[in-house]
Amino acid sequence: MVEAAGVTDSLPAPALDVERIRADFPILSTSHRGRPLVFLDSGASAQKPRQVIRAMSRMMEEAYANVHRGAYHLSECATAAYEAARAACARFLNAPRAEDIVFTANSTMAINLVAHSFGRGMLRPGQAVVVSEMEHHANLVPWQMLRDAHGVELRICRITDAGELDLDHLRDLLADGRVGLVAVTHMSNVLGTVTPAGAIARLAHEAGARVLFDGSQAAVHRRVDVQAIDADFYCFTGHKLYGPTGIGVLYARSELLAAMPPFLGGGDMIASVTLERATWADPPAKFEAGTPPIIEAVGLHAAIDYVESIGMAAIEAHEHGLVQHALAVLPRVPGLTLYGRARDRGGVFAFALEGVHAHDLATLLDRAGIAVRAGRHCAEPLHARLGAEAGTCRASFGLYTRAAEIDYLAEALHSARRFFG
Amino acid sequence: MMFDDLRDLYQEVILDHGRRPRNFRRLENATHTARGDNPLCGDRMELFLAVEEGGRIADAAFEGRGCAISMASASLMTEVLRGLTAEQARRMSDAFRTMAMTGSCPACEGDIADGMERLSPLAGVHEYPSRVKCATLAWHTLNAALENSGREASSE
Repeated sequence: MVEAAGVTDSLPAPALDVERIRADFPILSTSHRGRPLVFLDSGASAQKPRQVIRAMSRMMEEAYANVHRGAYHLSECATAAYEAARAACARFLNAPRAEDIVFTANSTMAINLVAHSFGRGMLRPGQAVVVSEMEHHANLVPWQMLRDAHGVELRICRITDAGELDLDHLRDLLADGRVGLVAVTHMSNVLGTVTPAGAIARLAHEAGARVLFDGSQAAVHRRVDVQAIDADFYCFTGHKLYGPTGIGVLYARSELLAAMPPFLGGGDMIASVTLERATWADPPAKFEAGTPPIIEAVGLHAAIDYVESIGMAAIEAHEHGLVQHALAVLPRVPGLTLYGRARDRGGVFAFALEGVHAHDLATLLDRAGIAVRAGRHCAEPLHARLGAEAGTCRASFGLYTRAAEIDYLAEALHSARRFFG
Repeated sequence: MMFDDLRDLYQEVILDHGRRPRNFRRLENATHTARGDNPLCGDRMELFLAVEEGGRIADAAFEGRGCAISMASASLMTEVLRGLTAEQARRMSDAFRTMAMTGSCPACEGDIADGMERLSPLAGVHEYPSRVKCATLAWHTLNAALENSGREASSE
């Protein structure tokens, strides 16, 4: 059921003109090691369209000053642009209010903010946090640190052999009512699995727990509606959404942001300060100490406008086509193991080629002009679970990926096997 | 063939040692051992040295898993270490790491010249900065074994 995965678009998607989109991304027409670039590492970080690059340049050339400070026109313009970006993020996630959006540096910082402010401020020692076996380290290590510092228990929800979250196990973990937070990925950065966010939130809430979704991968590929999935916390990062590095987004329910203590202390997050003490500003400023990523916020706003002008439904349909194509083409490569068989999955494929180590394979593919990631993709426990301790290669798609690039990858994999054969 | 121009990195001797690493076993009479680990890529190895009383390396062997570059580097290393003194082995380790990072080897002369010649197929790795650590893992592990500190070596 699509609603359970946080997908609300149900109208037939207009077709997406890949070649026209590719023309917006200057880097896609460059060559590397003498070959045209075949960029299949968007899951690590996506390329940037001209619209984002120009918006950031224009901000610096025409409209830049610090925000929330100057009583002069330029600073007021910059503040308006920064807050407009917040409003765009709220619309993008269908958050009830712009003030429910906190800008961070990236998803990692967003999760650390929740682990610190909600974890230490609102969870009691003896309560538990549930994560899954397929988390990125960004949604595992902060909770290990919270466990060690604050005395909460960390519980690990299993995945099935198909790479889906084991909801029966999640029910078991929630059964004693001691879980204060379920923090899971909305889409695995290794297996491509899209988790049933709505169902997870329902289970968590029935057991009295809050729920956080790491949407770093999911928000790029599908329309996310934080109200429809009933998320308490949701985060994503700008640079995977065709925006700049240095900016991430945390959505949290208003009442949680109001109740949580601050994360970092400093300027902009205070109401008043004496030499002895300070009082906090209202959210979201309470969580945005120091000069924020102003230019990056403008870039992220441009990125959101860009993907929305194409349409998240069209992007999802295009990527669904790529996934189906990859599932048809890649298994024909002799000796190739594809990881993850989730029914609902996005355009992320981890694979291993028999007899060829992931790093050798990535070097070979690089020579063919294909950029893939090799290693354990910041998910060491998942690779242990998959029996792939030595690492995998990962191809991940974006809105500019062509089906022909997947064919070319398959051809290169055939050649790689012969090279090492 | 799509990858012919990769023969500078994957020379036949590297592919051969990568596929069939030599001295790939535990050494029961080892006097020095160390583990090496590249946590980011999952490569790991355990190195065994049998050093005679006079300080000469009588035997060297290893076990582990890794890419063709790291396996070939460890395999070739165990071959060239035999007969060297610990002091020569340390100098060779320094020279190898310079070669892997720069492609040239100003210290590859004198009493370690023959061994360095055998290792020279790995010099091509300097063109691939992300792969240098694959080639140097065995040599970091060698330094740890010679110190016999029991610390885990890493070339990250």
